[in-house]
Amino acid sequence: MDRPIRVLVAKPGLDGHDRGAKVVARALRDAGMEVIYTGLRQTPEQIVAAAIQEDVDVVAMSILSGAHNHLFPKVVNLLRGEGADDILVIGGGVIPDDDIPGLKDAGIEAIFTPGTATSDIIYFINNNLKR
Amino acid sequence: MNIEERLLAGDKRACARLISMLENNDREAFELVKKLYYKSKGAYVIGITGSPGSGKSTLTDKLTKVLRKANKKVGIIAIDPTSPFSGGAILGDRIRMNDLSLDKDVFIRSMGTRGSLGGISKATRGAVRVLDIFGCDYIFIETVGVGQSEIDIVKTADTVVMVMVPNMGDDIQAIKAGTMEIADVFAINKSDLDGADKTKLELEMNLDLNEEKSYRPPVLKVAAGKNQGIEELIMSIMKHKRYLEESGELKNRRIRNNKQELIELTQDELIRIIMEKAVEKDLLDKLAKEVTEKNLDPYTAKDTIVNLIRS
Ligand SMILES: Nc1nc2c(ncn2[C@@H]2O[C@H](COP(=O)(O)OP(=O)(O)OP(=O)(O)O)[C@@H](O)[C@H]2O)c(=O)[nH]1
Ligand SMILES: [Mg+2]
Repeated sequence: MDRPIRVLVAKPGLDGHDRGAKVVARALRDAGMEVIYTGLRQTPEQIVAAAIQEDVDVVAMSILSGAHNHLFPKVVNLLRGEGADDILVIGGGVIPDDDIPGLKDAGIEAIFTPGTATSDIIYFINNNLKR
Repeated sequence: MNIEERLLAGDKRACARLISMLENNDREAFELVKKLYYKSKGAYVIGITGSPGSGKSTLTDKLTKVLRKANKKVGIIAIDPTSPFSGGAILGDRIRMNDLSLDKDVFIRSMGTRGSLGGISKATRGAVRVLDIFGCDYIFIETVGVGQSEIDIVKTADTVVMVMVPNMGDDIQAIKAGTMEIADVFAINKSDLDGADKTKLELEMNLDLNEEKSYRPPVLKVAAGKNQGIEELIMSIMKHKRYLEESGELKNRRIRNNKQELIELTQDELIRIIMEKAVEKDLLDKLAKEVTEKNLDPYTAKDTIVNLIRS
Protein backbone atom coordinates (compact mmCIF):
# COMPACT_ATOMS: atom_id res chain seq x y z
CA MET A 1 0.00 0.00 0.00
CA ASP A 2 1.34 3.36 -0.97
CA ARG A 3 0.64 5.61 1.97
CA PRO A 4 2.23 8.85 3.09
CA ILE A 5 4.39 8.73 6.21
CA ARG A 6 2.75 10.75 9.00
CA VAL A 7 4.97 12.86 11.24
CA LEU A 8 4.08 14.93 14.28
CA VAL A 9 6.40 17.93 14.48
CA ALA A 10 6.23 19.25 18.02
CA LYS A 11 7.88 21.90 20.16
CA PRO A 12 7.90 20.94 23.81
CA GLY A 13 9.17 23.40 26.39
CA LEU A 14 9.13 27.14 26.55
CA ASP A 15 10.94 28.21 23.37
CA GLY A 16 9.68 31.50 21.98
CA HIS A 17 9.94 30.72 18.28
CA ASP A 18 9.60 27.80 15.94
CA ARG A 19 11.41 28.80 12.76
CA GLY A 20 13.57 25.69 12.73
CA ALA A 21 10.62 23.38 13.27
CA LYS A 22 8.76 25.06 10.43
CA VAL A 23 11.69 24.60 8.06
CA VAL A 24 11.76 20.90 8.92
CA ALA A 25 7.97 20.64 8.53
CA ARG A 26 8.13 22.10 5.04
CA ALA A 27 11.01 19.87 4.01
CA LEU A 28 9.12 16.77 5.17
CA ARG A 29 6.01 17.89 3.30
CA ASP A 30 8.08 18.38 0.16
CA ALA A 31 9.38 14.85 0.63
CA GLY A 32 5.77 13.61 0.44
CA MET A 33 5.03 13.25 4.15
CA GLU A 34 1.94 14.38 6.03
CA VAL A 35 3.15 16.66 8.78
CA ILE A 36 0.93 17.43 11.74
CA TYR A 37 2.10 20.67 13.21
CA THR A 38 0.95 21.64 16.70
CA GLY A 39 2.79 24.87 17.46
CA LEU A 40 4.76 26.10 20.44
CA ARG A 41 4.87 25.13 24.11
CA GLN A 42 3.46 21.64 24.04
CA THR A 43 3.56 19.49 27.14
CA PRO A 44 4.78 15.89 26.73
CA GLU A 45 1.22 14.76 27.55
CA GLN A 46 -0.22 16.89 24.74
CA ILE A 47 2.39 15.63 22.29
CA VAL A 48 1.60 12.01 23.10
CA ALA A 49 -2.17 12.57 22.92
CA ALA A 50 -1.79 14.19 19.49
CA ALA A 51 0.55 11.43 18.28
CA ILE A 52 -2.01 8.78 19.24
CA GLN A 53 -5.04 10.51 17.72
CA GLU A 54 -3.15 11.32 14.53
CA ASP A 55 -1.74 7.76 14.30
CA VAL A 56 1.68 9.05 13.32
CA ASP A 57 4.69 6.98 12.34
CA VAL A 58 7.15 9.53 13.70
CA VAL A 59 7.32 12.11 16.48
CA ALA A 60 9.93 14.78 15.71
CA MET A 61 10.64 17.25 18.52
CA SER A 62 12.82 20.30 18.73
CA ILE A 63 14.03 22.22 21.77
CA LEU A 64 16.30 25.23 21.94
CA SER A 65 15.93 26.11 25.58
CA GLY A 66 17.73 23.24 27.25
CA ALA A 67 15.04 21.05 28.80
CA HIS A 68 15.69 18.17 26.37
CA ASN A 69 17.13 15.76 28.97
CA HIS A 70 13.85 15.89 30.83
CA LEU A 71 11.23 16.37 28.08
CA PHE A 72 12.44 14.03 25.30
CA PRO A 73 12.63 10.89 27.50
CA LYS A 74 9.31 11.78 29.08
CA VAL A 75 7.61 11.67 25.67
CA VAL A 76 9.19 8.28 24.92
CA ASN A 77 8.03 6.89 28.25
CA LEU A 78 4.49 8.19 27.88
CA LEU A 79 4.29 6.68 24.39
CA ARG A 80 5.45 3.34 25.78
CA GLY A 81 2.82 3.62 28.48
CA GLU A 82 0.18 3.93 25.77
CA GLY A 83 1.56 0.88 23.99
CA ALA A 84 2.68 3.08 21.13
CA ASP A 85 6.30 1.94 21.03
CA ASP A 86 6.08 1.45 17.27
CA ILE A 87 6.39 5.23 16.82
CA LEU A 88 9.87 6.45 15.85
CA VAL A 89 10.96 9.34 18.10
CA ILE A 90 13.63 11.78 16.95
CA GLY A 91 14.85 15.08 18.38
CA GLY A 92 16.65 18.20 17.39
CA GLY A 93 17.72 21.61 18.55
CA VAL A 94 20.56 23.00 20.61
CA ILE A 95 21.82 19.83 22.27
CA PRO A 96 25.35 19.40 23.68
CA ASP A 97 27.28 16.40 22.33
CA ASP A 98 27.64 15.03 25.86
CA ASP A 99 23.88 14.65 26.20
CA ILE A 100 23.38 12.65 23.03
CA PRO A 101 24.33 9.14 24.24
CA GLY A 102 21.98 9.45 27.23
CA LEU A 103 19.12 10.56 25.02
CA LYS A 104 19.70 7.66 22.64
CA ASP A 105 19.68 5.24 25.57
CA ALA A 106 16.38 6.75 26.61
CA GLY A 107 14.85 5.85 23.24
CA ILE A 108 15.28 8.98 21.15
CA GLU A 109 16.63 7.25 18.10
CA ALA A 110 18.36 10.17 16.43
CA ILE A 111 19.41 13.66 17.44
CA PHE A 112 19.86 16.33 14.81
CA THR A 113 21.80 19.40 15.89
CA PRO A 114 21.67 22.81 14.16
CA GLY A 115 23.21 22.72 10.70
CA THR A 116 21.93 19.21 9.89
CA ALA A 117 20.69 19.09 6.28
CA THR A 118 16.97 18.40 6.10
CA SER A 119 17.79 15.68 3.57
CA ASP A 120 19.60 13.78 6.36
CA ILE A 121 16.47 13.89 8.50
CA ILE A 122 14.33 12.64 5.60
CA TYR A 123 16.80 9.86 4.88
CA PHE A 124 16.83 8.77 8.50
CA ILE A 125 13.04 8.70 8.74
CA ASN A 126 12.66 6.74 5.51
CA ASN A 127 15.10 4.10 6.70
CA ASN A 128 14.15 3.72 10.34
CA LEU A 129 10.36 3.49 10.49
CA LYS A 130 9.21 0.93 13.01
CA ARG A 131 6.09 -0.18 11.19
CA MET B 1 -8.65 -7.31 22.58
CA ASN B 2 -8.99 -6.88 18.86
CA ILE B 3 -9.44 -3.53 17.17
CA GLU B 4 -13.27 -3.78 17.10
CA GLU B 5 -13.55 -4.39 20.80
CA ARG B 6 -11.04 -1.68 21.54
CA LEU B 7 -12.90 0.84 19.38
CA LEU B 8 -16.20 0.06 21.09
CA ALA B 9 -14.48 0.36 24.48
CA GLY B 10 -13.41 3.91 23.56
CA ASP B 11 -9.74 3.24 22.84
CA LYS B 12 -8.34 6.21 20.94
CA ARG B 13 -5.49 4.26 19.36
CA ALA B 14 -7.93 1.80 17.83
CA CYS B 15 -10.04 4.70 16.54
CA ALA B 16 -6.99 6.42 15.08
CA ARG B 17 -5.74 3.25 13.43
CA LEU B 18 -9.06 2.45 11.82
CA ILE B 19 -9.26 5.96 10.35
CA SER B 20 -5.76 5.53 8.88
CA MET B 21 -6.73 2.20 7.39
CA LEU B 22 -9.72 3.81 5.68
CA GLU B 23 -7.56 6.69 4.44
CA ASN B 24 -5.16 4.16 2.96
CA ASN B 25 -7.95 2.17 1.30
CA ASP B 26 -7.14 -0.88 3.37
CA ARG B 27 -9.78 -3.52 2.56
CA GLU B 28 -9.64 -4.87 6.08
CA ALA B 29 -11.02 -1.55 7.31
CA PHE B 30 -14.08 -1.89 5.07
CA GLU B 31 -14.72 -5.34 6.53
CA LEU B 32 -14.49 -3.94 10.05
CA VAL B 33 -16.90 -1.09 9.32
CA LYS B 34 -19.31 -3.56 7.74
CA LYS B 35 -19.59 -5.27 11.09
CA LEU B 36 -19.48 -2.19 13.29
CA TYR B 37 -21.87 0.03 11.33
CA TYR B 38 -24.90 -1.13 13.31
CA LYS B 39 -23.30 0.09 16.52
CA SER B 40 -23.34 3.72 15.37
CA LYS B 41 -25.86 5.99 17.03
CA GLY B 42 -26.13 8.64 14.32
CA ALA B 43 -23.87 11.41 15.60
CA TYR B 44 -24.81 14.91 14.54
CA VAL B 45 -22.37 16.24 11.94
CA ILE B 46 -21.53 19.95 11.76
CA GLY B 47 -19.53 21.32 8.83
CA ILE B 48 -17.36 24.39 9.41
CA THR B 49 -16.42 26.03 6.15
CA GLY B 50 -15.17 29.43 4.96
CA SER B 51 -12.16 31.13 3.45
CA PRO B 52 -8.57 30.50 4.63
CA GLY B 53 -7.76 32.18 7.92
CA SER B 54 -11.36 33.13 8.65
CA GLY B 55 -11.09 31.41 12.04
CA LYS B 56 -12.60 27.97 11.40
CA SER B 57 -10.22 26.12 13.74
CA THR B 58 -10.50 28.70 16.52
CA LEU B 59 -14.27 28.56 16.24
CA THR B 60 -14.34 24.76 16.25
CA ASP B 61 -12.23 24.80 19.42
CA LYS B 62 -14.64 27.17 21.16
CA LEU B 63 -17.78 25.38 19.98
CA THR B 64 -16.36 22.09 21.23
CA LYS B 65 -15.72 23.56 24.65
CA VAL B 66 -19.38 24.57 24.92
CA LEU B 67 -20.51 21.06 23.98
CA ARG B 68 -18.09 19.59 26.49
CA LYS B 69 -19.73 21.61 29.25
CA ALA B 70 -22.92 19.73 28.38
CA ASN B 71 -20.86 16.54 28.63
CA LYS B 72 -21.15 15.65 24.95
CA LYS B 73 -18.46 13.51 23.33
CA VAL B 74 -16.97 15.36 20.36
CA GLY B 75 -15.02 14.30 17.28
CA ILE B 76 -13.21 16.79 15.07
CA ILE B 77 -11.93 16.13 11.56
CA ALA B 78 -9.80 19.00 10.28
CA ILE B 79 -8.80 18.99 6.63
CA ASP B 80 -5.91 20.83 5.04
CA PRO B 81 -4.70 20.71 1.43
CA THR B 82 -2.31 18.03 0.17
CA SER B 83 0.39 19.37 -2.12
CA PRO B 84 -0.34 18.15 -5.65
CA PHE B 85 3.40 18.16 -6.34
CA SER B 86 4.82 16.11 -3.49
CA GLY B 87 1.72 14.39 -2.11
CA GLY B 88 2.77 15.73 1.29
CA ALA B 89 0.88 18.18 3.48
CA ILE B 90 1.24 20.42 6.48
CA LEU B 91 -1.76 19.89 8.72
CA GLY B 92 -1.88 22.83 11.11
CA ASP B 93 -5.40 23.06 12.47
CA ARG B 94 -4.51 21.48 15.82
CA ILE B 95 -2.50 24.58 16.71
CA ARG B 96 -5.79 26.27 17.66
CA MET B 97 -7.13 23.25 19.55
CA ASN B 98 -4.27 22.20 21.80
CA ASP B 99 -6.29 22.55 25.01
CA LEU B 100 -8.59 19.82 23.77
CA SER B 101 -5.87 17.22 23.18
CA LEU B 102 -6.01 15.83 26.71
CA ASP B 103 -9.78 15.70 27.05
CA LYS B 104 -10.69 12.02 27.03
CA ASP B 105 -14.02 12.75 25.35
CA VAL B 106 -12.58 14.70 22.45
CA PHE B 107 -10.90 13.10 19.43
CA ILE B 108 -9.17 15.32 16.88
CA ARG B 109 -7.90 14.04 13.57
CA SER B 110 -6.12 16.03 10.84
CA MET B 111 -6.43 14.87 7.25
CA GLY B 112 -4.88 15.89 3.95
CA THR B 113 -7.18 16.22 0.95
CA ARG B 114 -5.08 13.60 -0.91
CA GLY B 115 -6.24 14.75 -4.33
CA SER B 116 -9.90 15.53 -3.63
CA LEU B 117 -11.09 18.96 -4.72
CA GLY B 118 -14.39 19.40 -2.91
CA GLY B 119 -13.02 20.72 0.39
CA ILE B 120 -12.89 17.38 2.23
CA SER B 121 -11.02 14.15 1.51
CA LYS B 122 -12.35 10.88 0.19
CA ALA B 123 -11.93 9.23 3.55
CA THR B 124 -13.74 11.97 5.49
CA ARG B 125 -17.09 10.18 5.39
CA GLY B 126 -15.43 6.99 6.55
CA ALA B 127 -13.77 8.86 9.40
CA VAL B 128 -17.16 10.30 10.40
CA ARG B 129 -18.54 6.77 10.58
CA VAL B 130 -15.64 5.59 12.72
CA LEU B 131 -16.06 8.51 15.13
CA ASP B 132 -19.77 7.75 15.28
CA ILE B 133 -19.06 4.12 16.20
CA PHE B 134 -16.47 5.40 18.68
CA GLY B 135 -19.39 7.05 20.46
CA CYS B 136 -19.19 10.73 19.53
CA ASP B 137 -22.40 12.72 19.95
CA TYR B 138 -21.22 15.56 17.71
CA ILE B 139 -18.68 15.55 14.91
CA PHE B 140 -17.17 18.71 13.42
CA ILE B 141 -15.65 18.72 9.96
CA GLU B 142 -13.42 21.70 9.22
CA THR B 143 -13.04 21.99 5.45
CA VAL B 144 -9.83 23.07 3.72
CA GLY B 145 -10.90 26.64 3.24
CA VAL B 146 -9.97 27.28 -0.34
CA GLY B 147 -13.23 29.12 -0.81
CA GLN B 148 -15.30 28.37 -3.83
CA SER B 149 -15.51 24.65 -4.50
CA GLU B 150 -16.25 23.30 -1.05
CA ILE B 151 -19.58 21.83 -1.96
CA ASP B 152 -18.83 18.34 -0.66
CA ILE B 153 -19.43 19.49 2.89
CA VAL B 154 -23.13 19.94 2.13
CA LYS B 155 -23.28 16.30 1.11
CA THR B 156 -21.63 15.17 4.34
CA ALA B 157 -22.82 17.42 7.16
CA ASP B 158 -26.22 17.88 8.81
CA THR B 159 -25.63 21.57 9.54
CA VAL B 160 -23.17 23.73 7.60
CA VAL B 161 -21.73 26.79 9.32
CA MET B 162 -20.26 29.32 6.88
CA VAL B 163 -17.55 31.39 8.54
CA MET B 164 -17.06 34.84 7.07
CA VAL B 165 -15.01 37.83 8.13
CA PRO B 166 -15.85 41.54 7.89
CA ASN B 167 -14.37 43.75 5.21
CA MET B 168 -12.59 41.12 3.20
CA GLY B 169 -14.00 42.70 0.06
CA ASP B 170 -14.86 39.17 -0.98
CA ASP B 171 -18.25 39.10 0.69
CA ILE B 172 -20.17 39.96 -2.43
CA GLN B 173 -17.97 37.65 -4.44
CA ALA B 174 -18.63 34.79 -2.06
CA ILE B 175 -22.33 35.40 -2.25
CA LYS B 176 -22.16 35.22 -6.04
CA ALA B 177 -20.16 32.02 -6.00
CA GLY B 178 -23.03 30.11 -4.42
CA THR B 179 -22.09 30.24 -0.77
CA MET B 180 -25.61 31.36 0.04
CA GLU B 181 -26.94 27.91 -0.86
CA ILE B 182 -24.39 26.03 1.21
CA ALA B 183 -24.90 27.72 4.56
CA ASP B 184 -27.42 26.76 7.21
CA VAL B 185 -25.91 29.25 9.64
CA PHE B 186 -23.68 32.24 8.89
CA ALA B 187 -21.03 33.18 11.44
CA ILE B 188 -19.34 36.51 10.84
CA ASN B 189 -16.15 35.90 12.80
CA LYS B 190 -13.65 38.54 13.94
CA SER B 191 -16.53 40.90 14.59
CA ASP B 192 -14.20 42.66 17.02
CA LEU B 193 -12.86 44.24 13.82
CA ASP B 194 -14.69 46.96 11.89
CA GLY B 195 -17.29 46.20 9.28
CA ALA B 196 -19.16 43.26 10.78
CA ASP B 197 -22.47 45.14 10.73
CA LYS B 198 -22.08 45.95 7.07
CA THR B 199 -21.30 42.34 6.20
CA LYS B 200 -24.31 41.20 8.22
CA LEU B 201 -26.54 43.66 6.39
CA GLU B 202 -25.29 42.49 2.98
CA LEU B 203 -25.96 38.87 3.90
CA GLU B 204 -29.43 39.64 5.26
CA MET B 205 -30.29 41.53 2.09
CA ASN B 206 -29.29 38.54 0.02
CA LEU B 207 -31.31 36.21 2.23
CA ASP B 208 -34.35 38.48 1.75
CA LEU B 209 -34.34 37.40 -1.89
CA ASN B 210 -35.14 33.78 -1.00
CA GLU B 211 -38.56 34.55 0.49
CA GLU B 212 -40.16 31.21 -0.06
CA LYS B 213 -37.77 29.06 1.92
CA SER B 214 -39.26 27.51 5.05
CA TYR B 215 -35.96 27.92 6.88
CA ARG B 216 -33.96 31.13 6.87
CA PRO B 217 -30.26 30.84 7.84
CA PRO B 218 -29.48 33.15 10.75
CA VAL B 219 -26.53 35.54 10.54
CA LEU B 220 -24.50 35.83 13.75
CA LYS B 221 -21.66 38.08 14.72
CA VAL B 222 -19.01 36.18 16.67
CA ALA B 223 -15.40 36.63 17.75
CA ALA B 224 -13.93 33.18 18.28
CA GLY B 225 -10.56 34.61 19.29
CA LYS B 226 -12.28 36.50 22.10
CA ASN B 227 -14.76 33.74 22.91
CA GLN B 228 -17.70 36.03 22.09
CA GLY B 229 -21.01 34.92 20.62
CA ILE B 230 -20.17 31.22 20.87
CA GLU B 231 -23.17 30.21 23.02
CA GLU B 232 -25.47 32.03 20.61
CA LEU B 233 -23.87 30.23 17.68
CA ILE B 234 -24.39 26.85 19.34
CA MET B 235 -28.02 27.81 19.95
CA SER B 236 -28.47 28.62 16.26
CA ILE B 237 -26.93 25.30 15.27
CA MET B 238 -29.29 23.50 17.68
CA LYS B 239 -32.22 25.44 16.28
CA HIS B 240 -31.35 24.25 12.77
CA LYS B 241 -30.97 20.71 14.10
CA ARG B 242 -34.44 20.93 15.66
CA TYR B 243 -35.88 22.31 12.44
CA LEU B 244 -34.41 19.38 10.48
CA GLU B 245 -35.67 16.84 12.99
CA GLU B 246 -39.18 18.23 13.31
CA SER B 247 -39.72 18.76 9.60
CA GLY B 248 -38.40 15.32 8.69
CA GLU B 249 -35.69 16.99 6.62
CA LEU B 250 -32.90 15.40 8.65
CA LYS B 251 -33.78 11.96 7.37
CA ASN B 252 -34.16 13.28 3.81
CA ARG B 253 -30.78 14.94 4.03
CA ARG B 254 -29.14 11.80 5.33
CA ILE B 255 -30.73 9.69 2.62
CA ARG B 256 -29.46 12.17 0.04
CA ASN B 257 -25.98 12.13 1.59
CA ASN B 258 -25.86 8.35 1.80
CA LYS B 259 -26.94 8.15 -1.83
CA GLN B 260 -24.08 10.43 -2.77
CA GLU B 261 -21.68 8.28 -0.80
CA LEU B 262 -22.98 5.15 -2.51
CA ILE B 263 -22.44 6.72 -5.91
CA GLU B 264 -18.88 7.66 -5.05
CA LEU B 265 -18.00 4.32 -3.47
CA THR B 266 -19.42 2.47 -6.47
CA GLN B 267 -17.58 4.70 -8.93
CA ASP B 268 -14.29 4.19 -7.12
CA GLU B 269 -14.71 0.44 -6.96
CA LEU B 270 -15.71 0.08 -10.62
CA ILE B 271 -12.86 2.25 -11.80
CA ARG B 272 -10.43 0.34 -9.63
CA ILE B 273 -11.59 -3.03 -11.00
CA ILE B 274 -11.55 -1.89 -14.62
CA MET B 275 -8.23 -0.09 -14.36
CA GLU B 276 -6.56 -3.06 -12.68
CA LYS B 277 -7.61 -5.25 -15.59
CA ALA B 278 -6.64 -2.65 -18.18
CA VAL B 279 -3.20 -2.18 -16.69
CA GLU B 280 -2.71 -5.91 -16.41
CA LYS B 281 -3.40 -6.26 -20.14
CA ASP B 282 -1.41 -3.16 -20.99
CA LEU B 283 -4.61 -2.08 -22.70
CA LEU B 284 -4.58 1.62 -21.88
CA ASP B 285 -1.25 2.26 -23.55
CA LYS B 286 -2.13 0.16 -26.57
CA LEU B 287 -5.50 1.83 -27.09
CA ALA B 288 -4.09 5.32 -26.60
CA LYS B 289 -1.55 4.58 -29.31
CA GLU B 290 -4.23 3.22 -31.66
CA VAL B 291 -6.35 6.33 -31.15
CA THR B 292 -3.37 8.59 -31.78
CA GLU B 293 -2.52 6.77 -34.99
CA LYS B 294 -6.16 6.94 -36.10
CA ASN B 295 -6.56 3.20 -36.24
CA LEU B 296 -9.34 3.52 -33.72
CA ASP B 297 -11.76 6.21 -32.53
CA PRO B 298 -11.78 7.18 -28.83
CA TYR B 299 -15.35 6.00 -28.17
CA THR B 300 -14.77 2.48 -29.43
CA ALA B 301 -11.57 2.42 -27.37
CA LYS B 302 -13.59 3.43 -24.33
CA ASP B 303 -16.12 0.65 -25.00
CA THR B 304 -13.26 -1.86 -25.07
CA ILE B 305 -12.14 -0.73 -21.63
CA VAL B 306 -15.62 -0.60 -20.11
CA ASN B 307 -16.33 -4.10 -21.42
CA LEU B 308 -13.52 -5.39 -19.22
CA ILE B 309 -15.93 -5.29 -16.29
CA ARG B 310 -17.72 -8.26 -17.83
CA SER B 311 -14.61 -10.31 -18.40
N1 LIG C 1 -9.27 39.58 15.44
C1 LIG C 1 -9.65 38.32 15.53
N2 LIG C 1 -8.82 37.34 15.07
C2 LIG C 1 -9.24 36.05 15.14
C3 LIG C 1 -10.51 35.72 15.69
N3 LIG C 1 -10.66 34.38 15.62
C4 LIG C 1 -9.52 33.89 15.05
N4 LIG C 1 -8.66 34.90 14.78
C5 LIG C 1 -7.30 34.78 14.20
O1 LIG C 1 -7.37 34.42 12.85
C6 LIG C 1 -6.24 33.63 12.48
C7 LIG C 1 -6.69 32.37 11.75
O2 LIG C 1 -7.43 31.56 12.64
P1 LIG C 1 -7.70 30.03 12.36
O3 LIG C 1 -8.65 29.56 13.39
O4 LIG C 1 -6.42 29.31 12.22
O5 LIG C 1 -8.41 30.13 10.93
P2 LIG C 1 -8.79 28.95 9.91
O6 LIG C 1 -9.97 29.40 9.14
O7 LIG C 1 -8.91 27.67 10.65
O8 LIG C 1 -7.51 28.91 8.98
P3 LIG C 1 -7.13 27.79 7.89
O9 LIG C 1 -7.43 26.44 8.50
O10 LIG C 1 -5.68 28.01 7.67
O11 LIG C 1 -7.96 28.09 6.67
C8 LIG C 1 -5.49 33.35 13.75
O12 LIG C 1 -4.39 34.21 13.83
C9 LIG C 1 -6.51 33.64 14.82
O13 LIG C 1 -5.90 34.05 16.04
C10 LIG C 1 -11.35 36.77 16.17
O14 LIG C 1 -12.46 36.57 16.66
N5 LIG C 1 -10.86 38.04 16.04
MG1 LIG D 1 -7.92 25.84 10.33
